[in-house]
Amino acid sequence: MDARIGVLALQGNVSEHIDAFLLALERMGHGSSSEVFEVRNPADLAECNALALPGGESTTISRLIDKNELFGPIQQFKGGIFATCAGMVLMATDVADPRIHPLGLMEMAVDRNAFGRQKDSFEADIAIAGLDGGAFHAVFIRAPLVTATGKCVMAVSRIPQGIVAVESGRYTALAFHPELGGDTRLHERFLKRLVRQFPE
Amino acid sequence: MKLEELRFGTELLKRGFASMQKGGVIMDVVNAEQAKIAEDAGAVAVMSLERVPSDIRKTGGVARMADPEKVTEIIEAVSIPVMGKVRIGHFVEAQVLEVLGVDMIDESEVLTPADEQYHIDKKQFKVPFVCGARDLGEALRRINEGAAMIRTKGEAGTGNVVEAVRHMRTIMGEIRMLRGLDKQEMIDYAREIEAPADLVIECAERGRLPVVNFSAGGIATPSDASLMMQLGADGVFVGSGIFKSSSPERMAKAIVEAVNNYDDPAIIAKVSTGLGDAMPGLDVHTLRDDEVLQTRGR
Repeated sequence: MDARIGVLALQGNVSEHIDAFLLALERMGHGSSSEVFEVRNPADLAECNALALPGGESTTISRLIDKNELFGPIQQFKGGIFATCAGMVLMATDVADPRIHPLGLMEMAVDRNAFGRQKDSFEADIAIAGLDGGAFHAVFIRAPLVTATGKCVMAVSRIPQGIVAVESGRYTALAFHPELGGDTRLHERFLKRLVRQFPE
Repeated sequence: MKLEELRFGTELLKRGFASMQKGGVIMDVVNAEQAKIAEDAGAVAVMSLERVPSDIRKTGGVARMADPEKVTEIIEAVSIPVMGKVRIGHFVEAQVLEVLGVDMIDESEVLTPADEQYHIDKKQFKVPFVCGARDLGEALRRINEGAAMIRTKGEAGTGNVVEAVRHMRTIMGEIRMLRGLDKQEMIDYAREIEAPADLVIECAERGRLPVVNFSAGGIATPSDASLMMQLGADGVFVGSGIFKSSSPERMAKAIVEAVNNYDDPAIIAKVSTGLGDAMPGLDVHTLRDDEVLQTRGR
């Protein structure tokens, strides 16, 4: 499969995700036929078979998804979605904040800024189910938490405060920032799962 | 996960926080009501301060950190990050804002400097800092002191974008120039601009500053904001430009939209239409030396 990975580029940590996916593709031995590019409108989205929803300010990104007429197209998007931090908030069905218009693609409840303010942001080595190579060094910045999951959503990492990584079919959502720090194992795992589901 | 192995206030967390603001607009606010207007308009963060820069110019006197009561009121009013300004070198004002729970501190030339020799030793703090700069040397000295984000200074409270443009062009131009130098020449250039050589080399290799670089100081219209983005800013700070315009709600929304679509003139035209009056502007050439804010701290 040639990967055509779009990174939603409305606001937030966009270039870091592009760099991380490029590095992941290189480490997986993908040829130059795979691409990573910015997505700002429905036409860009139509070019992708995978989409990353980056971290940023979730209220701002949510409003811009509506404004740029991307809400419906992302909901109907047939490819994989890799969502981090603010992106995880958007993937949920249930967000206790009227300013967020959640995509509802993963049956789960998410709490924004669940850990508090920036001074409560932290780095920690966390265990992720089924991930080879030991603990993952995770960077939590004003991070969300999953407070409840539906039947199809699998929690793959839990810390004492709650669930911080979930997978469901072609979707991955993380409360932390794998694009900061150079460890691309989660990006690679997401892409490998997609290849299994869409061998072409 | 072992709780004792959690790490707080690291360089990565500070720079990562700044990175999440990219592509956004950060608005100056003096109370909870303004903070809510900013949040509803789509600001990625608000900057709490006692008076906006144009009022500081008008009233004169010593400009200090905002009253903690106001800062707390703003923190409680919004869910987006709240930043706060402290005087250059006033590390106790910074300690106070950190305790109050501010998400980022702006060590700002807009307030009256507390120390004419030293900036705050920002590495001592868990909370990230943003600092102003007019050229590459100044930006890298601040980063070396621990700043996690740079904003070009411009000339705050004037509604005149000319200095913001000058400072952004200077920094971007210096970085472009560096890419043509060999290592020895870079080290020599670092000495010349009084910046650490390793940071100069890092800029040359990456083709940008090692931290996020926003624009500030004089942005008053959607076109100004788009101009700064096209010149290479990662986002913009708008001070007096919003709440000193005739219709703050509309101006705030229009500037957010201009930043999100900075390379689309049709959208800039649309959002600029029927906005009412922008803030009153000042010709920076008529300012007396003691009225110029950008020369504070170097």
